[in-house]
Order: sequence, then structure tokens, then C-alpha cells
Amino acid sequence: MSIPNASSASATGVQPVSRPSSSHDEPLLAVEDLVVEIPTRRGLLRPVDGVSFELNAGEILGVVGESGAGKSITGAAIIGLLERPARIASGSVRLAGKRIDNLTGDDLRRVRGGEIGTVFQDPSTSLNPLQRIGDQLAETARQHLDISRAESRDRALLALQEVGIPAAAERLDAYPHEFSGGMRQRVVIALALIGEPVLVIADEPTTALDVSVQAQVLTLLKRLCLERGTGVMMITHDMGVIAETTDRVAVMYAGRVAEIGPTPSVLVNAAHPYTRGLMASTPNPASDVAEGLVQIPGAMPGLLSIPAGCAFHPRCDRAVPDCKQKRPPRETINDSDVWCWVASQPQQARHD
Amino acid sequence: MIAYIIRRVLQGVLVLAVVGFVAFAMFRFMGNPIENMLGQEATRLDRAALAERLGLNDPVPIQYLKFIGNAAQGEFGVSYRNGLPVSEMIVQRLPATLELAFVSAVIAVVFGIVLGVFVAIRRNGIVANIVMSATLVGVSLPTFLIGVLLIWIFAVELGWLPSFGRGETGTLFGWQSSLVTVSGLKSLVLPAITLGLYQMTLVMRLVRSEMLEVLRTDYIRFARARGLPDKTVHFKHALKNTLVPVITIIGLQVGQIAAFAIVTETVFQWPGVGLLFINSIQFVDIPVMAAYLLLVGVLFVSINLVVDLLYAVVDPRLRLQ
Repeated sequence: MSIPNASSASATGVQPVSRPSSSHDEPLLAVEDLVVEIPTRRGLLRPVDGVSFELNAGEILGVVGESGAGKSITGAAIIGLLERPARIASGSVRLAGKRIDNLTGDDLRRVRGGEIGTVFQDPSTSLNPLQRIGDQLAETARQHLDISRAESRDRALLALQEVGIPAAAERLDAYPHEFSGGMRQRVVIALALIGEPVLVIADEPTTALDVSVQAQVLTLLKRLCLERGTGVMMITHDMGVIAETTDRVAVMYAGRVAEIGPTPSVLVNAAHPYTRGLMASTPNPASDVAEGLVQIPGAMPGLLSIPAGCAFHPRCDRAVPDCKQKRPPRETINDSDVWCWVASQPQQARHD
Repeated sequence: MIAYIIRRVLQGVLVLAVVGFVAFAMFRFMGNPIENMLGQEATRLDRAALAERLGLNDPVPIQYLKFIGNAAQGEFGVSYRNGLPVSEMIVQRLPATLELAFVSAVIAVVFGIVLGVFVAIRRNGIVANIVMSATLVGVSLPTFLIGVLLIWIFAVELGWLPSFGRGETGTLFGWQSSLVTVSGLKSLVLPAITLGLYQMTLVMRLVRSEMLEVLRTDYIRFARARGLPDKTVHFKHALKNTLVPVITIIGLQVGQIAAFAIVTETVFQWPGVGLLFINSIQFVDIPVMAAYLLLVGVLFVSINLVVDLLYAVVDPRLRLQ
């Protein structure tokens, strides 16, 4: 896939967006020590516990991990969509240097949809079933762009055309149930982008789709974001999606980031034992099937029973005493940031 | 769509034919109309003449068809009680009932929906909990008690509002209406609240539970993620998605309000068809009761038809090709 250069944004007919001013060394999105807590009768849960990562403008960051690793909650926390009683307990989220984790009211609404677009997993439930999709698009456009009702209608049409809906002019008046799953997800992408955001959070955007249209939707999302210079936080558990679409990848485990780095190096040369296990347990058509898949022993702990120290240590074959007591610090290995006590040490022979 | 409407109308006609049969059976077989009308003193000849005049000597199916035919033309015979045509008595009293029912229904629907949305959005708030508890008391008390309580407070103790009757009426669109005079409006307040309170609580509780359901859906989350204001999310997106079940209940309840305003009309001596019905029961005035039964049948069938058509207006997925 060729990567269009930055000038191709003007070719799409989209006007240049006034983006939040950001200096060159400032990341588009900076999440710092984010902690999300859910008080429950059985104790205080921490589905996100000290997550830090950065996402640069125009970059696609993959966030990968098992179900319950805290990927989606991290995404929800960034756009202020945590469902009560979940709340951000500490840490910060900065968009182009501006804190957005403590916004309320109109400020929060401007960020949602205006600066950060969202794509949810299941397009069959993301759209209001009783509203024409043209109206949903126009309504969102009016909310974020200073345009008239008539202009918002034109924007809606343009947005539908851009996501490749055939006969877009007629489809504006259609209801969500008149679209197929893949087409609906295109509409959702159009909705996410119509407010001209600088960042899109895509939470499992292809998981609910037929395999045959997954690649199309993914390619579309990637192309549109590249054309606009929009950063993407791609939440998924699918290693194939990570490999094909992302520039960098963050691996999450039990509410923490285990490793974050450039996608090729994480995929091929992971430093964290969990990432290595994850890669080994991913089917690879190129390798000899007869080898079988390596499994990581055990299962990710529930939120009530996260062990002290490194959350992965009970399943880790390289655990040392430190792992059981102290949270590992961030350490840079090659191009990646790794939270691990042993990753930087030479690997001992496994067959002892 | 046209075929659908025609089918629903035909179904309605069938329902009315059955209701008509019940009304007819009541009319024909409950007691002896001749005894009722002539009393004990009549001669054998008088009875035979009246039986002939009323068509009671015809075969029963013919009598039924005649009854239905007459009813379709608004002809329900003569009241046993005062000898007036039943249709005239009903037409005279129908505006009072319809007006009361209309105002009650507006109160029930408007307050029910607004309060329902409010208690759903603020479901843990203090005010919302007070409203929920207060309405629980409201549904637990029987209608007549609420009516009597309201009379006691607002008519007897405070003396603000009249305790019975319709007040003065003026002419509005050709019928005698109490909506156009001050004393009429004042008279309407207490009975309308009494009649609508129970329905209001039902609507409120239904709207609340449906709203709580809808507010959890993905498309509401997505609407928030698109940056739409709470007002739009709650009223345009969430409320509209609760409407199909809510319309069903509202339709049935509006039917209830109009058809069974009997208790309220009795408590407030409201001169409507409900009061007429109660008086007719006391006198075993079968023609009036039969006519009332048919009227209620027509009312429910038409409301159901309207409700079915409204579904299609609200939810495009229910529109038929």
C-alpha cells in the first residue's frame, strides 16, 4: 500500500482544518499515568492502572491485548465516555498539549466528535435506528462546524461519498436498517470524521464485520485518516489488524501497558515476555502448522485478583523475585518502551 | 400501506360485530323488555302490540341484523327510563365526557413523559426519588378516594375550585364546551386531575424504564461520542426510541380514560356518558347500556387503529412495503 503524502489532503476537497496548535515535539495525544477506578461492593477495581502512551499527529497507534485488558476503557476515558461509577482517579490526558481529562459540558462536547472522532465495534447498534443517516450526519456536522442547515446537508453527502457509499445522494434519506453491516460501518466512519477531528479512536472497528469486508473498511479508515493527517488509536485484539494498519503498537495486560514500540519491532522482536507469548500464540500462515501454537500458561487475572508487582509474573517463565513485589519501571529497549524487570537482561536458556 | 389499513379496518369491523352481538344479547335476553316498558298493569293485547312493534317476534338472527343496522345509523332505540331516543341522550352528554377525557389524557401524556424522562436521567437524584415515591402513593389510592381528597382540599377547605358539575358552557365548534368559560375551566381541573393521575403514573413509569433501557444502548453512547448535547441525546434520540411501547400503553390508557370515566364522573357529578351509564344501571335501562357498550367498542377499535398507524410513523423498520 502506498502512503499518500501530506498534500493529498487538499485533493479530497476537504478544507484545511484549524487544528489545535501544537509544536513539533509535542505529541497529538499524551496519556500520562492514567488510572481508572470502579468502586464496587467487592472492592475498588482498577481496569486501567497507570497507563502512559503517546500518539503523534497522523500516526496510527494500535492498542492490543486480551479481552479485559483495559483497551476499551482507556479509549472511553480519553473521550470522557466512562460509564458511572467508573471514573478517572488520577493521571492526565492531553490533546495537543491541552488537558482534556477534566473537561465538562460544552468543552467536553467540542472534544467529542469535534477533535476526537469515535468508531465503535458494532455498526448495527451504533446508529440511531429511527433517524435517517443523512440527518445523523448533518446533525453531527452542525454541532462541530459553523455551518448552516443547507451546508450541513452538503457535508453529509460529501462524507457519504468519501466513505464509498454508492448512490450517496439517494442513500442520505435511508435508515440504518437499509444498509449492510460493512456499509453501516462506513457510515459510522463518516460520522466519526465529519466533525473534522484530529484524532480517531476506533474501538474494534472490524470485529463485528464479515471477514470479507474487514479489509475494505480497515483500508478505508486508514486512507481517510492519512489523507487528513488524523491520528488513529486502533483498539483491537486482532494481530492481523495491528500488522497491516498500525505504525506503532501498545500491548496492554491487566490494565497496564506492557510494551509500546514501532509495530515491526514489536511484532518481530518483542522485548516483554507477555508480548513474546502473544506473538507465539498468534497463528501464522507462513509457519509450519504442524508445530502447533505456543500457549501462555494460565489466564489473565480478573480485576479483583491482580497480583502485586508485575501483573504478568505468575504466568511468566522468566519471573525473578523483584517481579513479585515491585511494579516494573519504564525502560527503553531498542525502539520500544517496556515495563519489565527482566527484558533488558540477557535471556537465560529456557531448557534448564 | 393502504392494504394494511384496509385489513386493520376490516378487523375492527369484526370486533365491533362481536361487541354488537354482546350488546344485542344484553338488549334482547336480559330481563323482558316488554315488562320493563309496560309495567305490571298492561293487558295481554298491549304486550302483543309492543312485541310486534319492537320486532320481538322475528327470528333472533333477523333481530340481530336489524339491531346492528340500526346501530350503524346511530339508532339505539328508546330509553326504558324516560322514553327519549338513546342516541339523543348520548349525543347530548358525549361532549362533556370527551372534553374531560381529552384534558385528562393531555395531563397524563405530557406530565407522564416529561416526568418519566426526568426520573430516568436523574435516576439517583433526590428529586427523582421523591417523584417516584409520590407517584407510588398516587397509583395505590383508588380513583374515588383521590377525587374525594381533592374535593376536600381544594373545594371544601381552600374553596378555590368547584366540587361538582361542568360550570358554565359556551359554544366551541358547535358543541357545548366548558373549555371556553372560566367557571367551566375551573370545574374541569379537579376531575381531569383525578381521572388522569393514574394514567400519568403509568406513562411515567413506562417512559422511565424504557428510557433507562435505551440510555444503555450503543447508539446513545455513540451520539454522546459524536458530541451531541445532552438535550438532543435525551429528547431527540433516546425519547423517540422509547415511543413504540409508550404509544401502545398511551393508546390503551386514553381508551380507558374516555370509556371508564364512570367513577370520576360520579364523584364530581360530571354530566357525561359515564354518569349516564351509572344511572342506567340503576334503572336497568338496557338500550342505553347497550349503546354505551357499542360506543366503547368503537372508541377502542379506532384508538388501536391509530396506534398501529403511529408505530409506522415512529419506527421506519415497521413500515410495510
